[in-house]
Amino acid sequence: MNKFLIFSLLVVWFAACNKEDKGNENIVVFLPSNFPKPVYNLELNPVTEAGFKLGKQLFYDPILSRDSTIACADCHISFSAFSHPDHATSHGIDGLFGKRNAPAVQNLLWQTAFFWDGGVPDMDLISINPIQNPLEMDESPARVVWKLNRNPLYQKLFKAAFPGKDSIDGPQMMQAFSQFMAMLVSANSRYDKHVRNEQGGDLNASEIAGLQLFKEKCSTCHATDLFTDGVYRNNGILSEFTNDKGRFEVSSLPDDIGKFKTPSLRNVAVTQPYMHNGKFKTLESVLEHYATGVKDSPTLDPALKQHGVLGIPLSQDEQSNLIAFLKTLTDETFIRDERFQQN
Amino acid sequence: MNKTFFQWLPLFAFVVLGMSACDKTETIDGLGDVVIEMDNRAGDDELVFGTKYVTANGDTIQFSTFNYFVSNFVLVNEDGSEYTVPKEDCYFLCKHEDADSRELTLRNVPAGNYKSVKFTIGVDSLKSVSPAAERTGVLDPTGGAAGMYWSWNAGYIFVKVEGTSPQAPIDVNTNERTLQYHTGLFGGKDSPTLNNLKKVTINTTSETAHVRKSHEAPVFHLYVDVLEMFTSPTNINVALNPTSHAGPYSATVANNYADMFTLDHVHNHD
Repeated sequence: MNKFLIFSLLVVWFAACNKEDKGNENIVVFLPSNFPKPVYNLELNPVTEAGFKLGKQLFYDPILSRDSTIACADCHISFSAFSHPDHATSHGIDGLFGKRNAPAVQNLLWQTAFFWDGGVPDMDLISINPIQNPLEMDESPARVVWKLNRNPLYQKLFKAAFPGKDSIDGPQMMQAFSQFMAMLVSANSRYDKHVRNEQGGDLNASEIAGLQLFKEKCSTCHATDLFTDGVYRNNGILSEFTNDKGRFEVSSLPDDIGKFKTPSLRNVAVTQPYMHNGKFKTLESVLEHYATGVKDSPTLDPALKQHGVLGIPLSQDEQSNLIAFLKTLTDETFIRDERFQQN
Repeated sequence: MNKTFFQWLPLFAFVVLGMSACDKTETIDGLGDVVIEMDNRAGDDELVFGTKYVTANGDTIQFSTFNYFVSNFVLVNEDGSEYTVPKEDCYFLCKHEDADSRELTLRNVPAGNYKSVKFTIGVDSLKSVSPAAERTGVLDPTGGAAGMYWSWNAGYIFVKVEGTSPQAPIDVNTNERTLQYHTGLFGGKDSPTLNNLKKVTINTTSETAHVRKSHEAPVFHLYVDVLEMFTSPTNINVALNPTSHAGPYSATVANNYADMFTLDHVHNHD
């Protein structure tokens, strides 16, 4: 008995001494049972308490921008699933406006490419895009690394997240961002509880009817429980693409003109406005577009021009049922999760 | 082993030693280095920034930037066998203003006589989509690859040529007649893009490169002619195409630069 007591005391004592290292313990990332296998390899960059904390600090810090005025979180706001509500495009540096509607930052672990044109093929490489964009943060990633190295707070945070390194380097910064973004998993909406047969997953008649319609008419592109197939498509919001040619700007392939990546519909009720240019302010106007507003052009998606008819036939009732369903994709636990909000 | 063998062993060893001492044909074994020297040229002349050169199209250019990535080196032995430089050592960023960056050393190459060297202009697709942890040295977009990386269209700029030309239109941003050719695009990951990676094979003519463990590394002295990027197969008219980034015209630029590397000579140290 005595021996056991001493042993226990020793354990407690060790644990107390070990507090310094505690930040480096791995955190379990939520991998929902109704999702496929993640695309991102978490084994190469496991999320740790300290890495997540560092990534979050960076996400909320304007130090990333040229004149320390713009943080990631300015255009990616937690309560709207890290999108920019009510802004077709967002304000960047010097009062300039960005080119496209700020996308939601959620479930990135399952995405094969990022941004509306899929120009970035790996989650680790996301952060340096807005940093370098002249309309957003307009800063060189190398200078950001230099600034972080001079900053005592970041010296401390980096040391905790990446022990054994003398200075901060760019790949670590990118990995820290990934650790924060990896945690932004949204899969606790009423719909999720419904498909996982969990408590709180009851859908009403209108929502059920909407779900059925959705499966028939929308899930070709908004596929799986990620609600996107990640494919680039022209969904007929314009008849000509002169300013922004979408995927073409990345691929240089003429077939890609006017194509944009299918966005996920998770939390869609709180991520207004919609489309790459923020053209539609409400879900009603989006459905009206698909029902009656689709514009033809050479690269229009064939799913939106079946048997020579433009759009997806949807009655008013069907549209309101669909909207009722889409609202069940709002994940209150995610958008209110204090772990992801600024301290 | 029987006793007789051990009795004869000293004599045997002595004979073998003696034979090797008399033998004039050297044994080729072990490892050595190979140096690839990138000698930047503008036509017949050495490339000097700020000096005026005339392209095949008749445009006058003063260059200010000439950087390129080369990677995935393979050495072809005279017997036809190939030695592939390991992935972790096969990416090089050459900058005109940094002479050291243009002297590439391929280490620990098996000794032998090499008749060809093969490489890629640019950074291959696998490396272009690799996670942050694998992007060190010249591949670090926040460090060694700064200025040679597109963050919005994630990938490396394979060849970067900048300068000015009186034939070029005035750039509204700089108020100068600037030229800017930044060429990248590796073919895409899950969805295709244009692919401007180019493979190069340099064959020796008279003398192979002799890699020996005991000798200084042989040198493949290559000429890299920046004016070749402006011709063959297509003459670039700088008045019409003063810039090219990621866009369909980059394919024309890449087809032109595919043949800008040629062998001047092999330099052996034996």
